Amino acid sequence: MTFRHRHLLGIEPLSPDEIATILDLAGTYVDLNRSAEKHAPALAGLTQINMFFENSTRTQASFEIAGQRLGADVMNMAMQASSIKKGETLIDTALTLNAMHPDLLVVRHPQSGAVDLLAQKVNAAVLNAGDGRHEHPTQALLDALTIRRAKGRLHRLTVAICGDIAHSRVARSNIWLLGKMESRIRLVGPPTLIPSGAAEWGVEVEHDMARGLADADVVMMLRLQRERMDGGFIPSEREYYHRYGLDAEKLSCAKPDAIVMHPGPMNRGVEIDGTIADDINRSVIQEQVEMGVAVRMAAMDLLARNLRAAASA
Amino acid sequence: MDLIFRDARLIDPERAEERRGDLFVSGGVVVDVPPPDADIVECRGKCLAPGIVDLGVKVSEPGERHKESFRSAGRAAARGGVTTIVTRPDTEPAIDTPEVLEFVARRAQADAAVNVLPMAALTKGRQGREMVEIGFLMDAGAVAFTDCDRVVEDTRVLSRALTYARGLDALVVGHVQEPGLSRGAAATSGKFASLYGLPAVSPMAERMGLDRDISLLEMTGARYHVDQLTSARALPALDRAKRNGLDLTAGVGIHHLTLNELDVAGYRTFFKVKPPLRSEEDRLAVIEAVAGGLIDIVCSMHTPQDEESKRLPFEEAASGAVGLETLLPAAMRLVHAGHLELPALWRALSLNPARRLGLAAGRLAAGAPADLVLFDPDAPFVLDRAALASKSKNTPFDGARMEGRVLGTWVGGARVH
Repeated sequence: MTFRHRHLLGIEPLSPDEIATILDLAGTYVDLNRSAEKHAPALAGLTQINMFFENSTRTQASFEIAGQRLGADVMNMAMQASSIKKGETLIDTALTLNAMHPDLLVVRHPQSGAVDLLAQKVNAAVLNAGDGRHEHPTQALLDALTIRRAKGRLHRLTVAICGDIAHSRVARSNIWLLGKMESRIRLVGPPTLIPSGAAEWGVEVEHDMARGLADADVVMMLRLQRERMDGGFIPSEREYYHRYGLDAEKLSCAKPDAIVMHPGPMNRGVEIDGTIADDINRSVIQEQVEMGVAVRMAAMDLLARNLRAAASA
Repeated sequence: MDLIFRDARLIDPERAEERRGDLFVSGGVVVDVPPPDADIVECRGKCLAPGIVDLGVKVSEPGERHKESFRSAGRAAARGGVTTIVTRPDTEPAIDTPEVLEFVARRAQADAAVNVLPMAALTKGRQGREMVEIGFLMDAGAVAFTDCDRVVEDTRVLSRALTYARGLDALVVGHVQEPGLSRGAAATSGKFASLYGLPAVSPMAERMGLDRDISLLEMTGARYHVDQLTSARALPALDRAKRNGLDLTAGVGIHHLTLNELDVAGYRTFFKVKPPLRSEEDRLAVIEAVAGGLIDIVCSMHTPQDEESKRLPFEEAASGAVGLETLLPAAMRLVHAGHLELPALWRALSLNPARRLGLAAGRLAAGAPADLVLFDPDAPFVLDRAALASKSKNTPFDGARMEGRVLGTWVGGARVH
């Protein structure tokens, strides 16, 4: 079992072995979470602080439950309402928190690279819960665990990632992860929502859903932010739904056993048809949420082991 | 002070040659015959060249003296072989009235060890709405007019300012960027910026800005210098405009000649400059343009920023890097890599900027001011940013191995370093 990192800042620095290590451990936590007694002592005595500089309900709740099930003292700080409004810099906030000796810091920030910056200034293990458009590693890990459980493997799959790739950290982390696991990645969306230079990432780029979904094992839909729909990136919500919204007809281009994923929260009728999202034979969206807790437990457990090893060394 | 520089490797950009020999200085200027009773400077075959004329240096006076003062900038310049700094007006407040300019000139005169020539803003407050008092500011000593990194977006405002400037034969220095495309950008678009998730701009925005300004020059006939041209696809437009006889020159900052977009990896804000660092292909094309003379001027784009403004998430962090002290050793990388010879480099560092500003500097001929730098082009060192004379230490070269050490700097025949 190898996992040699102090922080979990992104998928980019992880090796395939390390990714497998996290997923294997997460698998055991899935079983724990499904049992009646959901507690394990892996983080007992440790303090976990969730710092969200950007709104989040789901991810924050997931990290909170993960920490509590492993026995950590969990504290949530709504950073938007706090000192950041008073002009304190990110680094000062980090140093202030650092003085309280947290062991695990879970951080979400609207700017790319901000979590890396913060990690340089604190002693705690930092988990990136999403930084700007850069990375959202636990989302990619929970997606990978979901895929692995549904398909039995992560290699040699064709995965179509559809929608607003340009503004999506989920897409970037998934591209890193699936690339490392040697799956074939297809980015599908209107050209305005495909980041420039994406074709040089070792992925295929398609602007047509039928071609993009052809023979896909996994169809990963991304959330389209409301503020992108004002005619700036796409002409209208209805044109987007017509061309890129996932409905039964478009899904029929994928393999018959293809699974449908979405990181949530969904815009039903914008990027995904409600009946697809609710189809228990195709959609694994609820399972993704479940895997999220397990993956976060595994990631925090591994980081805490490294923390303890470093402290006793 | 009369001087004899004995046995130097003389770098003469005017004659586009280097030769081994002596150089004589009397009364603050270069002379043909050895003056009697002169002090001897033994050069032992090291390089002696005209001092660098650095066009576009930010000294943070008035307003932010904690970032850089005339005293600290002057010291940094002397240590870097820069004998003339041409200062930018993007201070707080902007240098846009004769009164502020006179204050700056007085402070520079009192504190700086090297020649300081101030530029003034082109529009009031650098707001791009009304032109400044170009005539009064010239009388007060402004050598050029620029809104620095702010593009005058209103084309009518710029065309009138250029027309008025032409009437006074004033030099206008512009920043070429299409403002809509480049709004909010922190990196150059492409696979790397996209991977890092940074808002980015295509280098094509630079060409669009250049194309607009070239059209305005055809309309107005103004004297115009592009502060920094950093992308391959802007170069043919520059070449055409020059061939068409427009009074147009272009410069580039040293960081765009020595670094590329990959250096931004890890969100290192000391590598955040404006325009953002480009691809390796752009870097090489721009070096070639400097070597061939299409790009006229190489400068440091010295921009002091304190730690607070750099220790922020990349998008929020301030742009710019200090460069007065590192310009010469960084430029030596181009020589050591075989991109260009020392006389051609000094044409861009010294002769061309001096000519563009109507100065007699930049030459070694008799009558030229004895603004000189003696340096060892091969002496290796590791840069320690804490040792910089600038008050701000925001250099991208911290910890870098460099070659090229300044051994002595003279301004008007007086040793300043």
